[in-house]
Amino acid sequence: MDQRATQQKKLNVKDKYRLLTRDLDWEFSYEDRKEAFPYEEFEGIKITDWDKWEDPFRLTMDAYWKYQAEKEKKLYAIYDAFAQNNGHLNISDARYVNAIKIFLTAVSPAEFASSNGFSWAGRHYGGMGARVAAQMQSLDELRHYQTQIHAMSHYNKYFDGFEEFAHMHDRVWYISVVKSFFDDCRSAGPFEYIVAVSFAFEYVLTNLLFVPFMSGAAYNGDMATVTFGFSAQSDEARHMTLGLEIIKFLLEQHEDNVPIVQQWLDKWLWRGYRILSVVAMMMDYMLPQKFMSWKEAWEVYFEEAGGALFKDLERYGIKMPDCAELISKEKDHLSHQAWWTFYSWGQAAAFHTWTPNAEELDWLSEKYPDTFDKYYRGRLEKAAELEAQGERFYNSGLPQLCQTCQIPMLFTECGHDEPMEISYRESVYNDERFHFCSDMCKTIFDNEPEKYVHSWLPVHQIFQGNCGGEGLDKVMEYYNMGLGTMNLDYKGSPDEERWKKWKGVA
Amino acid sequence: MAVKAIRPGYHGEHKDSRDKFHGNILVYIDWDLHRWFPSPKAFPLPPDMPFGALIEAVLPEGFGQHPQFKEINWDTVEWSLNQQPFTPDLAKGLEEQGLDHKCVVRFKTPELVESYA
Repeated sequence: MDQRATQQKKLNVKDKYRLLTRDLDWEFSYEDRKEAFPYEEFEGIKITDWDKWEDPFRLTMDAYWKYQAEKEKKLYAIYDAFAQNNGHLNISDARYVNAIKIFLTAVSPAEFASSNGFSWAGRHYGGMGARVAAQMQSLDELRHYQTQIHAMSHYNKYFDGFEEFAHMHDRVWYISVVKSFFDDCRSAGPFEYIVAVSFAFEYVLTNLLFVPFMSGAAYNGDMATVTFGFSAQSDEARHMTLGLEIIKFLLEQHEDNVPIVQQWLDKWLWRGYRILSVVAMMMDYMLPQKFMSWKEAWEVYFEEAGGALFKDLERYGIKMPDCAELISKEKDHLSHQAWWTFYSWGQAAAFHTWTPNAEELDWLSEKYPDTFDKYYRGRLEKAAELEAQGERFYNSGLPQLCQTCQIPMLFTECGHDEPMEISYRESVYNDERFHFCSDMCKTIFDNEPEKYVHSWLPVHQIFQGNCGGEGLDKVMEYYNMGLGTMNLDYKGSPDEERWKKWKGVA
Repeated sequence: MAVKAIRPGYHGEHKDSRDKFHGNILVYIDWDLHRWFPSPKAFPLPPDMPFGALIEAVLPEGFGQHPQFKEINWDTVEWSLNQQPFTPDLAKGLEEQGLDHKCVVRFKTPELVESYA
């Protein structure tokens, strides 16, 4: 064959990019474009010109695969080394592992839900640029689901509480909190979905999930999770740029989009914040080597950083969500209330809980000078006293849950003179009472009650007899939660026994 | 609107309507300002249970773990039902005196400030 005929002119970068992204679209010649994209209008969002979409990251699929494959090779080499060298023995203390049990059971399934969400939402944007971006993010989220599972898989061989994450996702009372976040945005339209996830979560709040877990891992010798974090960083950078682009694009497309986007920001900042309750308690109570308090993290990563961001968005007519004020008041209380909830209902959690030691209590006093000693030290010291007497406190019964966020009604009126009053809010809809933890959760319900009246609330489902039967034993069986292995105090657990043996301590 | 949906008239089935609790009603109860219990608790109770039985059986089960529970003077407890002041009739049934499905009952013991001693 003539060699010259087979030599084709190589595409320049610009042309190649266009052909592999924008030019994948086509003019529909015999189908109605509106029927091909049936969800673009029902949310009230107006798109006048998809051509104004600026690709947040300029990757073609082949470049994507190449970079991701390189990252995977490096990542899994480290996972292998971690496993081969018994890396689990290098962590600060076995109590730390309970933080990543929460990560695997609560966060990782959310990555999978997110992958699903971007795949669906991406299909339904009329603009090719947005479809390409969402498709790549969907793959990223699937990657994160997989790489997190693999990061934890070595720990699964040595510690209880990892193995049933898939089964627990649809059943367990505290995991329903994260599940409901994604059920909510995935059953919304494609624009609410991406504002909720890409902007509110992956841009505004991302540092409050990522930094605590990754820093927590770094400070506590968890090489597997640290490496996952580094490996995911460039993915997350892309996600942040997508979040910024979507918000800018929607606000610039039509002024009618502004109030809709504002309502979504109000809602999703709140829903995202509520699920960060476990991160707050993780930082303050679950890391043997602490690096920062929740209060500090909120001040740095939201009040400072977020403040600047919303100042920037003012030119579009967007304002800082009102709930930011309450969140700021809650920051002195959140971690303590969340931890106490899990500690006292520790018989029903798939990770261990414990009372802080004297040094840790003092750290908490120092980090929370206005609230810890006054409201929280007393009960933790009492709990330690009961435990020393062989009567470790496990709370009887089941909590009242918030209809929207599905968290127990543990939140108090932090802004009031008496900050220990439970924050009760209520709506009556179709002659039935619904209860909420906050103005914002009530507002979310009131705006779309038909969405939340059929929430699967774990406590109510237990009382209806849908969770294995009556009694903790039956419910735990339904949860596939190991009684006496996954649950209860860290002290006296099989995890502790094994750790002491490996470390050669009494 | 009741939900942003692609078709009008979308309706979610109420998953926690009264008929689903085998004859019971849900009653949420909390001991005000006693945060030894992280949150109000949920109890499925027979609607015709006398209020006195609630005090004698349900509350000790739900709140008896508190070091101060035995000190409560039930004659001076302040009650609220659905955020309104309420005076229970110990002989009458729950529903008879206004405790409806998913009601909120709070009891307050002003002279017993929470302490864990």
